[in-house]
Amino acid sequence: MHAKRNDKIATVFIYIFVAIVICILAGILGEILITGLPHLSWHFLSSSASSFQAGGGVRDQLFNSVYLLILTIAISLPIALGAAIYLSEYAKDNWITNTIRTSIEILSSLPSIVVGLFGYLLFVIQFNLGFSIISGALALTFFNLPILTSNIEQALEGVPQSQREAGQALGLSNWKTIRGIVLPAALPGILTGIVLSAGRVFGEAAALIYTAGQSGSTIDYSNWNAFSPTSFLNVMRPAETLAVHIWKVNTEGIIPDATIVSAATSALLVIVVIIFNFGARALGNMLYRKLTASNTK
Amino acid sequence: MDDLKKEPTYIKTFSSDELALSTKNLSVLYGGTIQKLFNVSLGFKKNAITALIGASGSGKSTFLRSLNRMNDKVATVKGNIIFHGLDVNKPNINVYELRKNIGMVFQKPNPFPKSIRENITYTLKADGQKDKQKLDQIVEESLRAAALWDEVKDKLDKSALALSGGQQQRLCIARAIALKPEILLLDEPASALDPVSTAKLEDTLKQLRSRYTMVMVTHNMQQASRISEYTAFFHLGHVLEYDVTSNVFTNPKGRITEKYIQGSFG
Amino acid sequence: MSEKNDDLKKVVNQALAEQKVPHVKLDKMKPSTVDIDKLTKPSKETHQEYWGKGLTFLAIILIILLVVSIIGFVGEHGLATFFSDHVNIIHFLTSTNWDPTQGENHVGALAMIVTSFLVTLISALIAAPFAIAVALFMTEYSSKRSAKFLQSVTELLVGIPSVVYGFLGLTIIVPTIRNVFGGTGFGILAATLVLFVMVLPTITSLTVDALKAVPTELRNSSAALGATRWQTIYHVILRASTSRILTAIIFGMARAFGEALAVQMVIGNAVLMPYNLVSPSATLTSQLTSQMGNTVMGTLPNNALWSLALLLLLMSLLFNFLVHLIGKKGKK
Repeated sequence: MHAKRNDKIATVFIYIFVAIVICILAGILGEILITGLPHLSWHFLSSSASSFQAGGGVRDQLFNSVYLLILTIAISLPIALGAAIYLSEYAKDNWITNTIRTSIEILSSLPSIVVGLFGYLLFVIQFNLGFSIISGALALTFFNLPILTSNIEQALEGVPQSQREAGQALGLSNWKTIRGIVLPAALPGILTGIVLSAGRVFGEAAALIYTAGQSGSTIDYSNWNAFSPTSFLNVMRPAETLAVHIWKVNTEGIIPDATIVSAATSALLVIVVIIFNFGARALGNMLYRKLTASNTK
Repeated sequence: MDDLKKEPTYIKTFSSDELALSTKNLSVLYGGTIQKLFNVSLGFKKNAITALIGASGSGKSTFLRSLNRMNDKVATVKGNIIFHGLDVNKPNINVYELRKNIGMVFQKPNPFPKSIRENITYTLKADGQKDKQKLDQIVEESLRAAALWDEVKDKLDKSALALSGGQQQRLCIARAIALKPEILLLDEPASALDPVSTAKLEDTLKQLRSRYTMVMVTHNMQQASRISEYTAFFHLGHVLEYDVTSNVFTNPKGRITEKYIQGSFG
Repeated sequence: MSEKNDDLKKVVNQALAEQKVPHVKLDKMKPSTVDIDKLTKPSKETHQEYWGKGLTFLAIILIILLVVSIIGFVGEHGLATFFSDHVNIIHFLTSTNWDPTQGENHVGALAMIVTSFLVTLISALIAAPFAIAVALFMTEYSSKRSAKFLQSVTELLVGIPSVVYGFLGLTIIVPTIRNVFGGTGFGILAATLVLFVMVLPTITSLTVDALKAVPTELRNSSAALGATRWQTIYHVILRASTSRILTAIIFGMARAFGEALAVQMVIGNAVLMPYNLVSPSATLTSQLTSQMGNTVMGTLPNNALWSLALLLLLMSLLFNFLVHLIGKKGKK
């Protein structure tokens, strides 16, 4: 009879624990969205931040976040793709491969503040790039590389071995087989991996405060000359992102509406993460269906 | 093992101008220690179908995959594989060119997730064939040769994955012969197919027999006797018997072969 | 025996009779003559192979170079404190006197080390039972649909930026602690609670993976022996997945130990030995975050901060090593 009683007690405990966790999760999401959404107006998204008074927006921070994200993906994707292809297609099972895998694991487990400080040391100081978008993008690349590499590797390993054999048996080189057959077949998984890692990059702040900087310069959105200091495209200008903005207005900010601004920005970040998360899955499913459907062109 | 030594064996030989491909003392080792194949020497006659039979794990698939060097990455293959007087089991051999001459069709149909047309043209384009008319011609001819043309001629640009298993397998054959190989290696090509598709596939193979040398691994004794001229019986990595198919099936020399064949016909 | 042989012969002969070649349509497909020369010469494919292997290996080299240079650079600057500024390493690890602007006898990191470990351990220890309960619920109790729902919420929570957690801590947890315990509300308790929420989804999703890896046959055979659900969970499922659950907890601890901004926002940032849970304190990461910008490169205060960074790096190597160790043991 003990067994039955214990079973009941355990079940009750598990349900209580789960209920508590669900309350916490619902509380977090609710709090962010309920306090943030009402302040998330077009005015908030389209006006620049203010340094002293209330009523500032996050236009520049939003643009910087997106710009940094694009640059980061553009730099990290080719490297991650190469590394993932090597690991899943070429690497033999030996100590060299083990060393490579361990290095990637180490990189992925490094605290992002350490990665950011390394970026600060190397790019901001050593290469004299200063607090700039490019320094930030490179630091984010380091932060993004391991996770993106392993996401892509997983997608590649999901492609059946028989596809590779088909290519090889037809006298194609491995490289041609990978490029023409394995990569397209893995595309849904790869895109899902990219979008998921994009969500992480978009919200990252610790790696940025000492690389892309904690303040923005005046930006002119009509200046398309990427070498002009005021151009929005200039990669040498310092840039504060949404996540860094939240941190800054809360720790050293002097604006009176810091809570409102942070709440709205947090809601914005969370919404973007939600979009990325669901978008990744939807995109993956759609592409997968398209790839295997009967009526593809 | 002692049983094996006492077992009478018979390996048929051909004169060298009859041969399309032959092996000499071919041994395969996995991981450097586990030997799957022991000194197999077989010759395959031109424009004939040779069946490789034997229980699972007897080494017949391992042997077949070694012939076009598909085992390079996973195992050590020792011995000689003679193709047009050249030992193609040497490191200096260009395996890509070799595989264009010795095509392979696998157990499970593995068309690319592309259109039917692209499945055939993809390798040709990679090979440098750009002429659209020429490509169309090869597509039609190879699909005709694989007896698939009539079924797919109106949907060449549809995904190959929408075809039935049997059609997919014949597409894989078409894809292989589009490269104009001399030899086709077939690794249990019908094991994943239903009886009707199997019959169609066998018809296709019979039609191709006049032009191609085919080596086929099969579990199905009926199939081996239906379409092959020669049969080799593999047992625990050794070839015990290799002869004209009717001899192997009705007049086996050794007891192991006899037992296996009787058991398999059921 | 002979009867059977006769039957066999009949079957075989019939099959052989079917071997007649059907009428072959005149098609032009036939083998091309083999160009023997081509077989021994490198072709386009050979070159493609060199390129492909080379290019992808280059990417690997880049990543390895990166890892080596991170360790190298941080190590060089972090060790400068001890080699060029002559701070005693024992003193660094055991003294609570942290005021590097006052010279090499005031570089003691113990307070931050202790605080970092304290917040990490407490948050992971509270989170672990919750995470395991939720994971058990998702794999053993709930329907597939609600498990899927919980899973996507968990994934979402892993993805929420840490500054958002920090901000929530600042607006909800800190004021609550202030009202209940008095004081400022900033401190280890606030940091622990924030980290608890942050590592909970991490540990949960890894634990779910661990539980899912337990073969269903084990569950079935245990149930077939008349075990209750809890007996099955306790004696079979948790036993079988212990090492992977431990790994999940270590991953959670690694995340907590390395988290910078969320902690820095709620801990109060005063380098003091923690004497209770509700007074301001500082972790390695929070100190780095708030002070790096206030020091000059190459000076002792700056090098001292790099030593903290080096400690962080070594700890993450240690966590990594532990994961490997447990993984190896689990396999045995």
